[in-house]
Amino acid sequence: MSYHFEFNWLLQYYPEIVKGIGITLQLILIGAVLGIALGIACAWARALGPAWLKPIVAAYVELIRNTPFLIQLFFIFFGLPSLGLQLGELQAANIAMIVNLGAYSCEIIRAGIQSTPKGQFEAGASLAMTPFETFRHVVLVPSLQRIWPALSSQVVIVMLGSSVVSQIAAEDLTFAANFIQSRTFRAFEAYMVSTAIYLILAILLRQVLGIVGSFIFPRRTAR
Amino acid sequence: MTEFTLWDILRNLLLATRWTIVLSLVSFIGGGAVGLLLLFARISTRKAIRTFARCYIELFQGTPLLMQLFIAFFGLGLFGIDVPAWLAAGLALILWTASFLAEIWRGCVEAIAKGQWEASASLGMGRLQQMRYVILPQAMKIAVPPTVGFSVQVIKGTALTSIIGFVELSKAGTVVTNATFLPFTVYGLVALIYFALCWPLSRSSQFLERKLNVAHRNH
Repeated sequence: MSYHFEFNWLLQYYPEIVKGIGITLQLILIGAVLGIALGIACAWARALGPAWLKPIVAAYVELIRNTPFLIQLFFIFFGLPSLGLQLGELQAANIAMIVNLGAYSCEIIRAGIQSTPKGQFEAGASLAMTPFETFRHVVLVPSLQRIWPALSSQVVIVMLGSSVVSQIAAEDLTFAANFIQSRTFRAFEAYMVSTAIYLILAILLRQVLGIVGSFIFPRRTAR
Repeated sequence: MTEFTLWDILRNLLLATRWTIVLSLVSFIGGGAVGLLLLFARISTRKAIRTFARCYIELFQGTPLLMQLFIAFFGLGLFGIDVPAWLAAGLALILWTASFLAEIWRGCVEAIAKGQWEASASLGMGRLQQMRYVILPQAMKIAVPPTVGFSVQVIKGTALTSIIGFVELSKAGTVVTNATFLPFTVYGLVALIYFALCWPLSRSSQFLERKLNVAHRNH
């Protein structure tokens, strides 16, 4: 049996595809910004925070990093309503991505903080900065700069992982592919095209994060 | 209506965990074998082979595992090949795992000092001999912690195979939820079982890394 590839019909579904790309991008934008913010807070807590907070954050990080994203998503979307917390599919997807990236970026950023030379903390203290001010003004930005490539790849991984949010009916790119597949039974083409789009998105996202990085961390002339 | 005890739920989940473990092992071993071939291709002296390996790795790392599963499951069926869920799941996971392991191992091979290549070449060794007797034995030592660490990603990756209908831990979680209407308990337990599988691996990866660092410092 031979199979004839046919891509022309895809044109008629382009609104669905564009909408799916939009949702995927929206998810990763919110997820990346808030997830990294959460990661910074957790990294501070784990590296420099009060003693009672450390085990709590450590438990959160270990729990998230050692369970599949799909299960985290199901737990938030299907499990939390029984505690009275009803979430829409996009909200659930957003929360799951933020919580997931928060845990991974916590570990990455913590590595950056802990590789800061001790003299930097002492210098901050000698300028009468509080530990938090030292962290905020002296330690944080160079730490982030050091781990920015690792953080960028984690954001790309989370973007690719976001394809499972279609399972709770969030209408992302994978959802569009499934929709087209169920309408046309042209599974191969639908998934090939969406896979190619994901590949392009991943490459573009890496570029954008590189540019963002060079904006946030301008090269200093004196080193 | 039937009442389900916690033990009923847990027992069914644990039975399904078998398949998560089997699929993880198959993916890891198969992925390791393909990954080794890919590693040789990635550091080959021929440019065309190197480029092929680079594209393969870029393709599999740059696209969602879920899409790879869909293509293996729905796509191959169109060519008249009857693909059961377990075959599509195994195939996609092996190819996906291989792309990551090859890249991890390449880093380890490249971490070996260049003098080792030169020394073994000066002894008249061929490229395969160099790899077999000089480079790989040393690279393997530094490759252990990240490889163990990646096995956690493989176990978590198997969760996605539930979406194409392979009945493992995640799928069992969905099925049990549909029968019991206790999503909080069931998915909580599923998460804990995954955690019990993955956490020891994560910890031993960290432990091995620390041990290796200590060993290197003493040199």
